[in-house]
Amino acid sequence: MIHAITANHAAALAAKLARVEVAAVYPITPQTTISEKLADMVSNGEMDARFLLMESEHSAMSALIGASYVGARTFTATSSHGLALMHEVLMWASGVRRPIVMPVAARTIGGPWNIWGEHMDVITERDVGWMQFYCENNQEVLDTVLMAYKVAEDPSVMLPAMVVVDGFILTHTVDAVDVPDQSLVDKYLPKFAPDPVLDMDDPRRFGGLVMPDWWTEFRYRIATDMEGAKERIREADREFGRLFGRSYGGLVEEYRTGDADAVLVVAGSAAGTAKEVADRLREEGLRVGVARIRVFRPFPSEEIARLSSKKVVGVFDRSFTFGDGGAMFNEVRSAMHGSDNIMKNYVGGLGGRDVTAAHMEWIFRNMIDIGESGLDRKIEWVGLRDGSGRW
Amino acid sequence: MYETYRDLPPIQVTTQSTEDMPTGTWRTFRPVIDEEKCNNCYFCWKFCPDLSIVVREEGDHPSVDYVHCKGCGICANECRAGAIVMEREPL
Repeated sequence: MIHAITANHAAALAAKLARVEVAAVYPITPQTTISEKLADMVSNGEMDARFLLMESEHSAMSALIGASYVGARTFTATSSHGLALMHEVLMWASGVRRPIVMPVAARTIGGPWNIWGEHMDVITERDVGWMQFYCENNQEVLDTVLMAYKVAEDPSVMLPAMVVVDGFILTHTVDAVDVPDQSLVDKYLPKFAPDPVLDMDDPRRFGGLVMPDWWTEFRYRIATDMEGAKERIREADREFGRLFGRSYGGLVEEYRTGDADAVLVVAGSAAGTAKEVADRLREEGLRVGVARIRVFRPFPSEEIARLSSKKVVGVFDRSFTFGDGGAMFNEVRSAMHGSDNIMKNYVGGLGGRDVTAAHMEWIFRNMIDIGESGLDRKIEWVGLRDGSGRW
Repeated sequence: MYETYRDLPPIQVTTQSTEDMPTGTWRTFRPVIDEEKCNNCYFCWKFCPDLSIVVREEGDHPSVDYVHCKGCGICANECRAGAIVMEREPL
């Protein structure tokens, strides 16, 4: 059934449809309405779950690790400073292999204060052993939460997943979302049944000390299972398509890249604008395309490496890693190591600034230009008020 | 035991108990309970962060599990009856 809802509302409905058993939350803008919707659904009996309002995000994640050990399907949501406060517990969650799913309403991290959207908070957590899914629209948020459980709880994966939802642009914008029937979701998502499980009648110690003689091997298991998750994600996406009639192209969604000379790599809601503009420029005869990174962890190195044949590859980062460049740019470039194409980093949409169609058009035209006349500069801050009058 | 990473359990887990692992050896001060002063309020038992105050039966005086007690002194601090003193361990 089609509902007109925000992405936060969609994320909460996805938690309900996934039959989440324990949700532990601490409010933070722009995530709060996910927690509020969950609280509503639990208190009015629509959702059969324990709802824990914690004293911090650090505690919320800690509570979920315990609940997950007992065998509960677990859920929380956070954003920005809340995600940063979770940092050490994020690593505990992945280190002890708890398949927690967490939408993150992507937002700046201060200071100075700024509550609006960008990817700095999630990009900063790229190395903590969580899978990261980036969504383009509200429908994809609902669908991806379900897919994330499917992959995370697979016995060959058993790793947590963040579902990145662009702050305000998606979290607070109403769009049409097809909310699937419970029976269909139940078919897609079986009950979470971890083994081993924390059982008072069969006591064991979980997460105790691992000495230097086996630490490397436990890390290696996480590394290989994260690598294996790539195929699980592709399968989960295909199975989702068969059951629900929607799928997203696996780890990278390619849009009009087949014959493209210039391809823009982009994640999140800005990809929608990029595709729209690519369509318009195609009418002019410019051969441009979009490669949307849906999954940043595990990194889709094989899919990205296939773009090496393109004359120009641009990468749009909605965050900046001070001291070098955009993190997505550097990883995309690394996956294409050895190719002689032209690569350029476009940085924009920071701190809630809109990424407009005009910005995207400028980027595509710039990519076509540098394909003919060579790279002008490595990093372009798109929309920067530099007095140049370029945008 | 295990030969390679392939033999490891899917998550870090062990059935071995910590019961016999002497983790109290780094204690500098030991709590000593004066049963004359103790009024069996069990505040010490309630506050001990390490399950090292033992009450065998309701009504018994509490005693200290010195195999695991780290000597943090919370029990002595919480004891309203002044029945617990922290004594320096011999070097």
